[in-house]
Amino acid sequence: MNTLIELNNITKTFDDQQVLKGINLKIYENEFLTLLGPSGCGKTTTLRIIAGFDEPDCGELLFGGIEISKLPPYKREVNTVFQKYALFPHLDVFENIAFGLNIKKTEKSVVKQKVERMLELVGLSGFEKRDVTSLSGGQQQRVAIARALINEPKVLLLDEPLGALDAKLRKEMQFELKKIQKEVGITFIYVTHDQEEALSMSDTVVVMNDGYIQQIGTPTDVYNEPENRFVASFIGESNIIEGVMIRDCLVSFDDFEFECVDKGFKDNEDVEVVLRPEDIDIVSPEGAKLTGTVESVVFKGVHYEIMVKSKYRSYMIHTTDFCEEGRRVGLSFGPEDIHVMWKMV
Amino acid sequence: MKRLAKISMGVYVALCFAFFYLPIFITMIFSFNSSKSLTKFTGFSFKWYQELIENQEIMSAVWVSVSIAILATAISTVLGTITAIGLTRHRKLVKEWILNVNNIPIMNPEIVTAIGLMLLFTAMKIDKGYVTMLLAHISFCTPYVITSVYPKVRGLDNNIANAAMDLGATPWQALRKVIIPMIKPGIYAGVLLAFTMSFDDFVISYFVSGNGVMNISMIVYNMTKRTNPTINALSTIVILVIFIAVAVVNIVPIIKRKKVTVHEKNN
Repeated sequence: MNTLIELNNITKTFDDQQVLKGINLKIYENEFLTLLGPSGCGKTTTLRIIAGFDEPDCGELLFGGIEISKLPPYKREVNTVFQKYALFPHLDVFENIAFGLNIKKTEKSVVKQKVERMLELVGLSGFEKRDVTSLSGGQQQRVAIARALINEPKVLLLDEPLGALDAKLRKEMQFELKKIQKEVGITFIYVTHDQEEALSMSDTVVVMNDGYIQQIGTPTDVYNEPENRFVASFIGESNIIEGVMIRDCLVSFDDFEFECVDKGFKDNEDVEVVLRPEDIDIVSPEGAKLTGTVESVVFKGVHYEIMVKSKYRSYMIHTTDFCEEGRRVGLSFGPEDIHVMWKMV
Repeated sequence: MKRLAKISMGVYVALCFAFFYLPIFITMIFSFNSSKSLTKFTGFSFKWYQELIENQEIMSAVWVSVSIAILATAISTVLGTITAIGLTRHRKLVKEWILNVNNIPIMNPEIVTAIGLMLLFTAMKIDKGYVTMLLAHISFCTPYVITSVYPKVRGLDNNIANAAMDLGATPWQALRKVIIPMIKPGIYAGVLLAFTMSFDDFVISYFVSGNGVMNISMIVYNMTKRTNPTINALSTIVILVIFIAVAVVNIVPIIKRKKVTVHEKNN
């Protein structure tokens, strides 16, 4: 895959507050990349820098190998879908979608043909003359996507586009967006704070916090192999335990030594260990290394969330098997369920 | 009981309208009087209208009023709109401060503004006349434009200009094709306010003008010192112009709405 956009050591400060503290990122052609993080982590600022609405203080922004950080937004080959859509209420659906082509003085018949194709792509055929303010949130969203895609950008930027939709519509649109991305075959850069959204749609997830990139990887990578405590706790539920890496493939915590699959740490280095709640099994206390008492059981729909109090901490476990409160149980997990991370300083 | 209520309501409304419009009607009627009397209608004639047209002084005052109102409205609308758009980009504190400062000239008694402007022009040794009157009108019209345009700009999505530029519009195109059409109602309100404020201004114009430059209000004030039905003729024309303007402002949106519904039906 070819690199399309490259961010090198980008920093940005607003009102004495450093929002981006050195972002390095490569974005490839035809990739669905998600910038994921809590509000204020710098994900939207990163997007706005790529779009050209904000200029970085330092660093390089390369587009196809050419520095563009000083280029105004109207000269860039990217288009944006905004959080609150930012449609033009004085124009109807057709005129909204045709806006970019009309600016470029495209021939009328070509415009008409392209708008129709876009409306078909987003499933709004026949809505040409409708007033955009009369549309539902989901329909406005589709108009916004069509308005951006009609310009045939190399990259589509999406700033929390599903934030204002209800849960069911969100799911539908997630699926649809992924479909559209495959159909038009361009790079999507998607900003969200919703980890589930990020995991289910992306080819690459970029986890951000506090102006830094915490981890870049496939959804399975960031979920199964979180690089630090922040990534582990932000994406999914997790038990995070302080431990010591005795040597490659052997880690010690809570008075016991466990085999694991992680390598590359120094011998006896302080580390943090992630155990996902669904990776822990409840077994009988005999012969189990870790034991404890069931503290609470909460029914969550598909699974039970069970808290087991052991000697040093409470473990969260997700299981479909019921287990009554107060019972003594053992906890079991395999070497591949243990994820060892660098300790955050 | 119900009937009585209806009747008394009708009488009340009629009295109100009579109170508003009777003076205007009297002015209009006596503008067609054949004699100079303001009490007895002696016969119908266009005499005073003819005199009005032949009166150089009055005609030049009309020209001054109209041209100043048009120029002051145009300039203050541009200034006020740009200011309102720029204001939304400022921090909250700066914004509130400027808006409060903007309200002072609106609430200030006109006479204070008038004397202030007069002293300023005198201190700067600017010859009083047409230009000073125009400058004064621009200065008291602009705050009204800002006040009526600002809420419309504030109501825009923060990203609306970015969205236009994202789609390939230059900042100028974004302003022309997106921002201005969206804040149009506010701009129209500003234009109407500015024009009426400028057209019927007397106090400020009286203090800042000189060298014989007079607008309609000033010349009427001068003429009321002696009986002169030409004023009635002039007033009638002004009333007619205002009446037509109000009618157009009210009727055009109705026609437009009808057109849109017909258009929708055809689709």
